[in-house]
Amino acid sequence: MSQTTRIVELRKGVLKKNDELAAALRLRFHDSGLVALNLVSSPGTGKTAFLERTLRELRLAGEHPAALVGDLETDNDAKRLASSGAPVRQINTHGLCHLEAEMIGRHLEGWALTEFDYLFIENVGNLVCPSSYDLGEEIRVALLSVTEGEDKPLKYPAMFHSADVAVITKMDLAIPCEFNLEAARRNILAVRPEMRIFETSAKTGAGFEEWLAFLAAARPPVDAFARHEE
Amino acid sequence: MHELSIVESVVTSVAEWLEDQPSTARVKTVTLRIGALSGVVEDALQFGYEIATEGTPLAGSLLCVHRQPVVIFCQICAEPVELPGVHSFQCPRCGTPSGDIRKGRELEIESLEVEDNE
Repeated sequence: MSQTTRIVELRKGVLKKNDELAAALRLRFHDSGLVALNLVSSPGTGKTAFLERTLRELRLAGEHPAALVGDLETDNDAKRLASSGAPVRQINTHGLCHLEAEMIGRHLEGWALTEFDYLFIENVGNLVCPSSYDLGEEIRVALLSVTEGEDKPLKYPAMFHSADVAVITKMDLAIPCEFNLEAARRNILAVRPEMRIFETSAKTGAGFEEWLAFLAAARPPVDAFARHEE
Repeated sequence: MHELSIVESVVTSVAEWLEDQPSTARVKTVTLRIGALSGVVEDALQFGYEIATEGTPLAGSLLCVHRQPVVIFCQICAEPVELPGVHSFQCPRCGTPSGDIRKGRELEIESLEVEDNE
């Protein structure tokens, strides 16, 4: 019996399956004429409050947004978001720390995507794991609240780097929290030069005019075209 | 902690590859290339690997991780430059910020060391 050892070059993406599903979703979103956004942040940043106000304001403006909301166990967030009148579905990950493209596809079943202008995907509160998983979104939004500390982008550079835009939330609490806005902006831009940053408060509505103008400009999704052709 | 999901994908991929190989082939080492921006922690991968390979054709194999630093393209220097870390995306030579990432996002199975017993 002889024994030989060989080295086999595989060069295979570990998340290839997820990437393929995400690419198919991206094409589907694009063909349906909707803009898909993936919202990522730590737990407690205020993703749901931010999204709740966004959905409400978009509907007031006559737009048709929908949302998928990821959570470890509960459907509390979906109930809150549904109060805006927009179609909302909950994705329970049952302990899994991130959403994957397959879950998105499964939870879109029965929805006529052409009826929507925007699809918001609220990821599980976690600044580490969701960064690796493409969900087919056109725009990834990283949120950071004033209560979390200005150095969060430096602690989680992979996530902030993977995002297209950053949103600072709870600006109404900036003064009591002694939040250093300039330092936060500097840290975001250190890990992602030239990233667009929105300073918002879901409570007072501050910054939403600019945010909604950004959303309006995102349609038709020129970004999606660019990514397809890459 | 999504590293267990990651190593499970690795094990599935390699086991699929192994199905098309002669039954005498045995995987000794799986080598991954992990970019500094991949969001994956090597220690957690190693920890998960033993659990994920248990009871599979990869049981007893080793996991080897090659780390890939971030490489940006600097417009001023007109060439790709490696960054010492992931906290500042500016050229370490001239200080110009750059978002043009050339390397550092990798999360791939680079190679396998396979032993054939004939």
